[in-house]
Amino acid sequence: MPAVAETRKTVETLGQNTYKWGFETDIEMDIAPKGLNEDTIRLISSRKQEPQWLLEWRLKAYRSWLEMREPTWAKVHYPPIDYQDVHYYAAPRKKPGPKSLDEVDPELLRTYEKLGIPLHEQAMLAGVELPEGQEARPPVAVDAVFDSVSVATTFRKTLQEAGVIFCPISEAVRDHPELVRKYLGSVVPVTDNFYAALNAAVFTDGSFVYVPKGVRCPMELSTYFRINARNTGQFERTLIVVEEGASVSYLEGCTAPMRDENQLHAAVVELVAMDDASIKYSTVQNWYPGDENGKGGIYNFVTKRGACRGARSKISWTQVETGSAITWKYPSCILQGEGSVGEFYSVAVTNNHQQADTGTKMIHIGRNTRSTIIAKTISAGHSDSTYRGLVRMMPKASGSRNFTQCDSLLIGDQCGAHTVPYIESRNMSARVEHEATTSKISEDQLFYCRQRGLSEEDAVGLIVNGFCKDVLKELPMEFAVEAQKLLQISLEGSVG
Amino acid sequence: MNALTPVGVNASAFLDRDDGLAGASQRKAAEFLRHAGLPRAGVEAWKYTTLRTLADVPFATAPRNVNDGPVDTLLAEIETISGLGAGANRAVFVNGYFDAARSRLPANVRISTGAGADVAEDGIDPAGDVTTALNTLLARDGLDLVVPEGVDAGCLLLVSIGITADDAPVSFHPRHRIVVEKGGRLAVLDASVGQGHYLHNPLYDIAVADKGYLSHARIQAEGALAVHLAVSHAHVAADGVYDSFTLTLGGNLSRHEVHAGLTRSGAHVHVNGAQLLTGRQHGDLTSVITHAAPGCVSRQTVKNVLSDQARGVFQGKILVERVAQQTDGYQMNQALLLSDGAEIDAKPELEIYADDVKCSHGATVGALDDDQLFYLRSRGIPDDVARSMLIRAFLHDVVDEVADLRLKDSLNLAVEAWWKREAA
Repeated sequence: MPAVAETRKTVETLGQNTYKWGFETDIEMDIAPKGLNEDTIRLISSRKQEPQWLLEWRLKAYRSWLEMREPTWAKVHYPPIDYQDVHYYAAPRKKPGPKSLDEVDPELLRTYEKLGIPLHEQAMLAGVELPEGQEARPPVAVDAVFDSVSVATTFRKTLQEAGVIFCPISEAVRDHPELVRKYLGSVVPVTDNFYAALNAAVFTDGSFVYVPKGVRCPMELSTYFRINARNTGQFERTLIVVEEGASVSYLEGCTAPMRDENQLHAAVVELVAMDDASIKYSTVQNWYPGDENGKGGIYNFVTKRGACRGARSKISWTQVETGSAITWKYPSCILQGEGSVGEFYSVAVTNNHQQADTGTKMIHIGRNTRSTIIAKTISAGHSDSTYRGLVRMMPKASGSRNFTQCDSLLIGDQCGAHTVPYIESRNMSARVEHEATTSKISEDQLFYCRQRGLSEEDAVGLIVNGFCKDVLKELPMEFAVEAQKLLQISLEGSVG
Repeated sequence: MNALTPVGVNASAFLDRDDGLAGASQRKAAEFLRHAGLPRAGVEAWKYTTLRTLADVPFATAPRNVNDGPVDTLLAEIETISGLGAGANRAVFVNGYFDAARSRLPANVRISTGAGADVAEDGIDPAGDVTTALNTLLARDGLDLVVPEGVDAGCLLLVSIGITADDAPVSFHPRHRIVVEKGGRLAVLDASVGQGHYLHNPLYDIAVADKGYLSHARIQAEGALAVHLAVSHAHVAADGVYDSFTLTLGGNLSRHEVHAGLTRSGAHVHVNGAQLLTGRQHGDLTSVITHAAPGCVSRQTVKNVLSDQARGVFQGKILVERVAQQTDGYQMNQALLLSDGAEIDAKPELEIYADDVKCSHGATVGALDDDQLFYLRSRGIPDDVARSMLIRAFLHDVVDEVADLRLKDSLNLAVEAWWKREAA
């Protein structure tokens, strides 16, 4: 951004009231004592009435985590995390199921309302049984994860008829152990990295999706993650398995209340796509980024990986990252099946003192695999934003293609935008193309808009939205609108 | 991280050599090497090149006196490769020591040789990186050249010849300083050749003052067993130009690390290069271009042509500091893989803290374009000739970036000679 004095001034005066999700819900919680040891893991496991094999799996992860070092290669800086100062389990206290909305904890309802969930979905989320016929067929099925526990899943019946399983992963462990056991940890092994191992040891809930052969999931599936309790880490685990010829579109939204302390979030998401299957995974992440002085906010250390196991399978990641104090996230695709396709579309916006180190990995193993990476990075305030992406062509990936485009936009002269692509090719017929640019908003564009009567803020909003268009158009409708609004909110104050 | 255990491979093979000078810089370098060790894969700055094999080789100090026969043969080879005959100004180093008898120094510059005492004062951090630390610890000689204000010093051939008398591996670590004062000009053709098992670890301390011009082309044609670890530290002042080119042809394992700083407005830096590798050769070109002043320009084009099981590495970082508004930075990295065993690892990197900049980079990796081949074949050109035309055209693009015509001719000759040898 050209150093317009008023722009700078607004950046400086930007208050923390811009974070509209900064509410805290006061409901009764069941919280494990702080600290992490084998007893904590046994406690989590027994609270969730897990089978023995899962406990063993968790303990194995914990033991390897103890041997691992926290990664330091990312371009993010934060004080050391005391992993013993975190609650590893927090759940809303169980009560018998309510009969109507009136019986539901009003605080919980208020939370849903603030999250923008429509009333009839609120009722379902809260576990209220609605009379038959009142269930107008909704477009989106929701699984809400409230702190560590999945609170409710809507529209299960409709999904059941289609043969789709969409439930909390803790429930899937109980009801579909053979599926969970087969796929859990098969994409992200417990020893994969420091945070993934930690997640495997202490994960408390998350969503499980199974789409059987040939089924096109009748609606978009959605999860809300919300961190509520103080000093809790949220370690959810998502597993999506899509069988031959099936497809699913999955949305993930994240919010957290405003807090001074930094809260830890280390999730793992695993996707498995068989022959001709397709998975579209969209994320809008607007967790609390901390205040204008960089105090508080979420540490978002997430491992997301999809395996295109089948021929012609496709996994597409779309993310709009505007939140979190620190983001460390690389949604990846392992393109194993012949002719499989991986896509990554990302918008990462940082403002104030946020730090984001995000990107993707495309590992081409099979023949004729293709991948596309479009990453847009916007930095404002005192923030630092890094695109870090790996494209690897393995020796057998003949005829494979990759195209990568990374564009960075700097708004103000106190921020940083960085691009670190890694290109590794071991196959001569594979082709990799990468291009990256860094620039500010052009004076010409700004002048053009201002001349036509747009305010500076609207003009910048328009230009930024245009800059991100390639990515935003990949989002499902419900999210595209929200994402555009989010971009505006995140950059509020920094762009005039 | 425990500060007492080295992150890399134990460097004691170098640290235990008792010919070390005990100045403050050498002590600092030794301490750094003791702690950091020789990098193994996984250290971010050495992500694709490991020096762990060096730890097992008992490199000894290279002897000053060697047989004339092989030296003269290798010198003649350089004359052929570069096209610069015996009449050209040249500074010859054999096993890292200045060879006055074979050298012919230009008259209009201040020139001296030797290193050691100077190391402490040249301002290069002995503990900045492993290549610099090794050189600081073991440098014994080098060229010290100053082009005075306003002088055009023409073209100088800087030759390094490495020879092992018997099969015992040796190492030498020349430390060169090239200063171009205000408005001065110089072109340096820097060629390294040799035979036997040796480590050549040169350091170039380069300063270009206001409106100065230095063109620096390196032809690395070391012997097949050689290890070549070069590092350049260049600083360019207002409206100065540093045009550097690295042509990597030889050696078993090689790396050239370039640190170029644009310290005043209007400075201009090129860090170009080409790596032509075959067999099991490993070549690494790593650069960090730091824009530390407003209105500077940097350009980088690096091409790799890799066949057999060769591995090419390119790591290029453009760092734009907060003060460096109006920076114009461009970086292009391309690799041609000619066989399925070849590997390219590239990491072009932009680190940008100023907003009013124009920075971009591009990278492509692939085989020869089938359409282009078809075009040539359909006009009756045989397959091997068509391939050779396309590969040479690919290389021509980057050599053409060198502005100094003498150096450009030499580089073209060297590429041609390499091509003939490979085609044979």
